[in-house]
Amino acid sequence: MTLIEAIGLAWEGLVLNKLRSFLTTLGVIIGVAAVILMIAISAGAEAAIADQINALGADLIIITPTRGIPGRPPTLVYDDVLALAQSVKGIKGVAAEQIVADQLIKWGNVSFTAPTLGTTPDFPLVREAPLGVGRFFTQADLDRKSKVVVLGSKVAQDLFGDVSPVDQEIVLGTTRLTVLGVMAPKGKVADTDYDDRVYIPLTVLYQRFLTNPMMNNRLRTVFVQATSRETLDSALGQIKSILAQRHGVTLGNPDFIVQTQEDIIKTQQATTETFRTLLAWVAAVSLLVGGIGIMNIMLVSVTERTREIGVRVSIGARPQDVRRQFLLEALMLSLFGGLVGVLAGIGGAWLFDETGAMRTVLIPWSLGLAFAASAVVGIFFGYFPATKAANLDPIEALRHE
Amino acid sequence: MDPIIRVEQLVKIYDTGEVPLRALDGVSLDIARGEFVAIMGHSGSGKSTLMNVLGALDRPTEGCYLLEGEDVGEMEVEELADLRNRRIGFIFQSFNLLPRLTALQNVMLPIRYRVENRISAEAREDACIAALESVGLGERAHHRPNQLSGGQQQRVAIARALVNHPSLLLADEPTGNLDSKSSEEIMGILESLNRQGVTIVMVTHESDIANHAGRIIHMKDGKIFSDGHNGKKRKEIAV
Repeated sequence: MTLIEAIGLAWEGLVLNKLRSFLTTLGVIIGVAAVILMIAISAGAEAAIADQINALGADLIIITPTRGIPGRPPTLVYDDVLALAQSVKGIKGVAAEQIVADQLIKWGNVSFTAPTLGTTPDFPLVREAPLGVGRFFTQADLDRKSKVVVLGSKVAQDLFGDVSPVDQEIVLGTTRLTVLGVMAPKGKVADTDYDDRVYIPLTVLYQRFLTNPMMNNRLRTVFVQATSRETLDSALGQIKSILAQRHGVTLGNPDFIVQTQEDIIKTQQATTETFRTLLAWVAAVSLLVGGIGIMNIMLVSVTERTREIGVRVSIGARPQDVRRQFLLEALMLSLFGGLVGVLAGIGGAWLFDETGAMRTVLIPWSLGLAFAASAVVGIFFGYFPATKAANLDPIEALRHE
Repeated sequence: MDPIIRVEQLVKIYDTGEVPLRALDGVSLDIARGEFVAIMGHSGSGKSTLMNVLGALDRPTEGCYLLEGEDVGEMEVEELADLRNRRIGFIFQSFNLLPRLTALQNVMLPIRYRVENRISAEAREDACIAALESVGLGERAHHRPNQLSGGQQQRVAIARALVNHPSLLLADEPTGNLDSKSSEEIMGILESLNRQGVTIVMVTHESDIANHAGRIIHMKDGKIFSDGHNGKKRKEIAV
């Protein structure tokens, strides 16, 4: 019997039990789709991280206070920022950030609430968020506690429409502020919408917007941008020693954490890795279950067709002919599952991306890998039933009802 | 001339149950080329076991089986399959056609499993049609078994048994599931095949069916009880 004849024979068997064949392959379908989705999702996550690096810059250093004692203020203070800006070599700038609760913003008849960020003059440089029109506040503005504000592009649009915002006076909370400028649109970076915020001098925030006096002069985050990757390590060292000296702590037991953008990305990659591992398990378990399903249905098929096997043997089928027939059926079942699974994987990845649930990037080789996995499952789990069929005693088989 | 079948002191013991069952208990037999032999006996007499051994479906516990001078006991699994494929044709009581396949596809099965002297795809169909025509079913080639009467199904089974031109035809109760008219038709076909030189060994428990054979062997308790020429048959030929 030629291979083509054997394939035709196996096909006849499967088409006869269409629904059963489909249900049997569900496990393989899910497993194959999971393999493709797993790879697409982790590729998507990597792409998202790459975008974030491009948006924030890889040479960013992030300083945060260690978790303080409850009831005590955070250890980082505004003066630390001034000291760092003055002393550290090889950096583009230092930007301190402190947020307060969303504030009501008002101009004429228009008003709404907007997230409010107090920061320092290097913010546009350090966070790579350039100005659109007007200017950002200066160190002089901070020193004088000037009542000025810079608007995110969306806030400016919502508040002023077609009117030029620069030099207009708005009310933020209970404070009158003069608009200095509007940021260029930047969009969302890691859940922060740069366009839907207002920016005020940090010192003004302390003076007018802080409700908790303990937080005065205190900071949750300081960002430092190194001039290049080469100066990053040296800047890190300088920052650590300056802060340790100012806080009167040792480097072995600091009250602050200095991380690079790279460190944070590595943490995120570890999260992605966890998710990928989870999906890998889903894929493996589904393929295993699918394989057992195929083995089960092939065993049922062998039992149902015991007499047929007996007839075939009595007219000259060799054991390898019988084995090949059932192995091919198992293989075709699993390859059918593989094919549907590949389509489901592509569809799933598209759906995740389209609905915004998760970013996915389809990797072509993952389709081949998943399809090959289905073939391996078919052969592996089809072998036992096929061998059972091949080893049937022809007399017993012929007597089987 | 060598007999087509020579068995010597065949013993077949089944170990199932508490007491080992001697299904065959020292059977020796020669069947010459061109003979039509009926094997009779009650159930449990060993006739089916003998049939299975002759058909190379079962191996005897002891004894020797020569088919056309070759020792079947010495053959490998693949040689046995080839033997069943090309040199032996089987007919069963329950026809044993594959229900999913048409008459033509059923007849083609032995050709598909043929390992040696394979024939081309075009020649196969011709050979199958010819085999179906020889049993008078050329018109029904594309019917499935459930669209055929019992007699027609058995004729398809005969066509399948003959398609590889075997030298020996084994029939196990070939008319057991048929009405008397169909039975006569089937026996007519077997007799005509026998006249064309095909050696036939048939198991039956009906004496009027056995009477179509030229030689009748009675079995009892795994042994040959009687073996003789069929007087009635001789008379018919004489008439």
